[in-house]
Amino acid sequence: MSFTAPDIPPADVFNRCVRCGLCLPTCPTYVETLVETSGPRGRIALIKAVAEGRLNLTSPGFVHQMSECLDCRACEAVCPSGVEYGRLLEPARTQVQRATAARQPWHVRTLRWFLLDRVFSSMALLRFVATLLRLSQKLGLQSLARATGLLRVLHLEDSEKLAPRISDRFFVPRDQRWSAEGKRKATVFMHAGCVMHVAFANVDEATVRVLQKAGCDVVAPSGQGCCGAINIHAGEMERGRQLAKRNITAFEGSGADVYIINAAGCGSTLKEYGNLFEDDPEWAQRAAAFSAQVRDVTEWLDEVGISPDLGAIERTITYQDPCHLVHAQRIAGAPRRLLAKIPGLRLREMPESSLCCGSAGIYNLTQPEMAERLQKRKVANIMRVTPEIVVTANPGCAMQMAAGLREAGAEISIKHVVEMLDEAYAAYSPSIRLEPASASSSV
Amino acid sequence: MRTDVSPNVLDELREIAGDSHVLTADEDLLTYGFDGTWYDQRPLAVVLPANTAEVSAIHKLATRERLAITPRALGSGLSGGAVPLSGSLILSIVRMNAILEIDETNHVAVVQPGVINADLQSAVEARGLFYPPDPSSYKQSAIGGNVAENAGGARCLKYGVTSNYVQALEIVLPDGAVFRTGGKMVKNVTGYDLRALFTGSEGTLGTITEITLRLIPKPKFSRTAMATFAKIDDAARTVTAVMAAGLIPTSIELLDNLTMQCLEEFSPAGLPLEADAILLFAVDGDHEAALDAESAEIERIARANGAGEIRVAHSQADSDRLWAARRVIAPALARKRPHRLGEDISIPRSAIPEMIARVRTIAARNNVIIPVFGHAGDGNLHPNILCDRRDAEEMKRVREAAREIFETAVDLGGTLSGEHGIGLLKKQFMEMDVGPEALRVMRAIKNALDPLGIMNPGKIFPDPGGVDAFTLPGVTS
Repeated sequence: MSFTAPDIPPADVFNRCVRCGLCLPTCPTYVETLVETSGPRGRIALIKAVAEGRLNLTSPGFVHQMSECLDCRACEAVCPSGVEYGRLLEPARTQVQRATAARQPWHVRTLRWFLLDRVFSSMALLRFVATLLRLSQKLGLQSLARATGLLRVLHLEDSEKLAPRISDRFFVPRDQRWSAEGKRKATVFMHAGCVMHVAFANVDEATVRVLQKAGCDVVAPSGQGCCGAINIHAGEMERGRQLAKRNITAFEGSGADVYIINAAGCGSTLKEYGNLFEDDPEWAQRAAAFSAQVRDVTEWLDEVGISPDLGAIERTITYQDPCHLVHAQRIAGAPRRLLAKIPGLRLREMPESSLCCGSAGIYNLTQPEMAERLQKRKVANIMRVTPEIVVTANPGCAMQMAAGLREAGAEISIKHVVEMLDEAYAAYSPSIRLEPASASSSV
Repeated sequence: MRTDVSPNVLDELREIAGDSHVLTADEDLLTYGFDGTWYDQRPLAVVLPANTAEVSAIHKLATRERLAITPRALGSGLSGGAVPLSGSLILSIVRMNAILEIDETNHVAVVQPGVINADLQSAVEARGLFYPPDPSSYKQSAIGGNVAENAGGARCLKYGVTSNYVQALEIVLPDGAVFRTGGKMVKNVTGYDLRALFTGSEGTLGTITEITLRLIPKPKFSRTAMATFAKIDDAARTVTAVMAAGLIPTSIELLDNLTMQCLEEFSPAGLPLEADAILLFAVDGDHEAALDAESAEIERIARANGAGEIRVAHSQADSDRLWAARRVIAPALARKRPHRLGEDISIPRSAIPEMIARVRTIAARNNVIIPVFGHAGDGNLHPNILCDRRDAEEMKRVREAAREIFETAVDLGGTLSGEHGIGLLKKQFMEMDVGPEALRVMRAIKNALDPLGIMNPGKIFPDPGGVDAFTLPGVTS
């Protein structure tokens, strides 16, 4: 059984691999297993073999490898031959999902249906679920659910530990408009995210304030929804396209200079809407035009320049590169340059800061064992530089690292880059002029 | 030789290495069937031992069962050395990846074969020491593979190749016997030089399980400069003139226009696409004044030989960007055509201008695309014939061009391989290069050490009517 249309991994992409192996040491699952099959070069060979009829689409090793890959795209970022790995893995996963869906255990099917088809497709439902979760977190019902064995029945014991702390209030985009402070440089439309707007509403709010300070009029258009990343990474490309269309419709024709997103995983998906509609003449152009306007918030702030009215934060931090920022979007310098502007802040680089922490969408659910190995590896790397704060730019990483650090008993908080800037602005006092400490890399 | 493996033997392998370190699934056999070349074969099984004792036990079992073994590290080789022929067992040493010792007094590092070259470099440089051999694959190739292929690299112009740094080896012989040769002492002429014999033996004589490498103090300063040329011949003449003047730069790398185009497509490094060729120079040392003088002299010679612009890298970042671009040339060529036959000829440096001119003629005559780049300073060039293997007519021309390049190299007093090894890719040309007597000596050594012929069969030695770069089917074709 080979691939069947639609969403066939493109041959011109996998045929570019010259098998030099440069990707191997960058691959989290390869460095953990040291087995070539669990590395990008091996997985590309497997995808090619299925495409050419030499391996069955539903063979256990293939199904496992398509699932074990984190889609972190570290391999893609270093590939000199230009193999766009994400464009192979995502359709290959979709193929596997289509061919094996009927055989999955009931709890997996139910969970996938509930999360992928329902919750992430409707922001109203997502907010309803989040409200319930918030209530249960406040009332301590989670321990009740644990005690009654409910979570075990649903196979959710581990994932419950990773569930985000729900924000006290949500950041609901309803065409609000905030005005630039000082001279207006641009009008930006903001994508508030799905997980972000219920679990990290404070980050969305901080994003608005920091953008205002950078001279941007900010608009949060209604009608937007989940970017589709969760679905696309989980092998549901068609559902991903439906979500993409909704966002394209909500943003296009706005006259905004750029579209801003503060979650790296979502940003990379929004920037790749063009690829998603390659074979759809009606949407290809609109999708590509949408993607061309998307900027990660750190990328944009670095480009447009930020207000210098930053107060001091006397803290030692380390920065975790989200995979979909550093690898998929190739943004590593911007967040560090922004952080270096904050007086008093000391950046200590951790080892392997760009190696995936194991979060990767719903990877915790599909590959709990590997997710935990990578989480432990990340925590160990963080501990080596003993920071007070880990700064990152993606909700998945934040949750995964928070859970890992909690487990290790470490009192280290996790913040988004814009939260750090926002705090520094709050700490600003016009009478004191401070120079930023030079970013040190002690590792 | 066996072409299958019985369940009992697999059970024995599992007892030796542990259940999870013996791979037999279709998917695993598929991903261990190739290296950096275009061949695709299937091993019988893959075993990943953790230590010398396990490697020895695997060899004993293979000897008893007449099973072939192909030792493998990261599989980045460019001559097919790690491709398992004749239904071999893949013996992957990547789990043996510890840096055992960095001895700062004796200036040696003791490592297991799975240590990645770049990791060793950073570890020793953190202590002010230096391991010079730097194959372009230094980020993804392991020391074990580097030793087995006697890898070179850009810095070898000044510092020499891997074999110049191998001070001791631990080897598991085909029958499972373990022996050590060499030590931490610098001078050692006791008996035959077995370190030299096993370095570059391409896995045909045994499996390397531990390596002691010579280190040197890290030079304090380095400089990088790029010279552009409107004619590649002028670049070639500059190389010979610089060396003739008694200068020894760390590296002199040549990139022609086609090579630069591919690199700029990968990651813009600001290469001058209007030039026919460029030379990248690196110099290093402990005294800045000496480096200034050396750089000025190189610049003078380059100008006298027709260089246009000369750019000096002003920051470490500029310099790193240029060298990073240089290192990814080979895979970046995939942006032009789906396949490439990467050659690795090595010629006396006086013959560089003639060789480059002849390669261009060969390309034109056979109507094939051959970008030329390489370690011009030491005469090690990599003409890469870009092609599409699915086009039979084109492949005939590619084969002819490859043969002509080899013949030209030998004709000019050079050799088939400077740093990639012979493997599968060039074995049919061995006799033309080394001659019948040398080949007889090599066969005698092979037969003496591996009488059953179980170690990496099908490599190095030509076999009449056997496979070569073109006749062994790759699934890719």
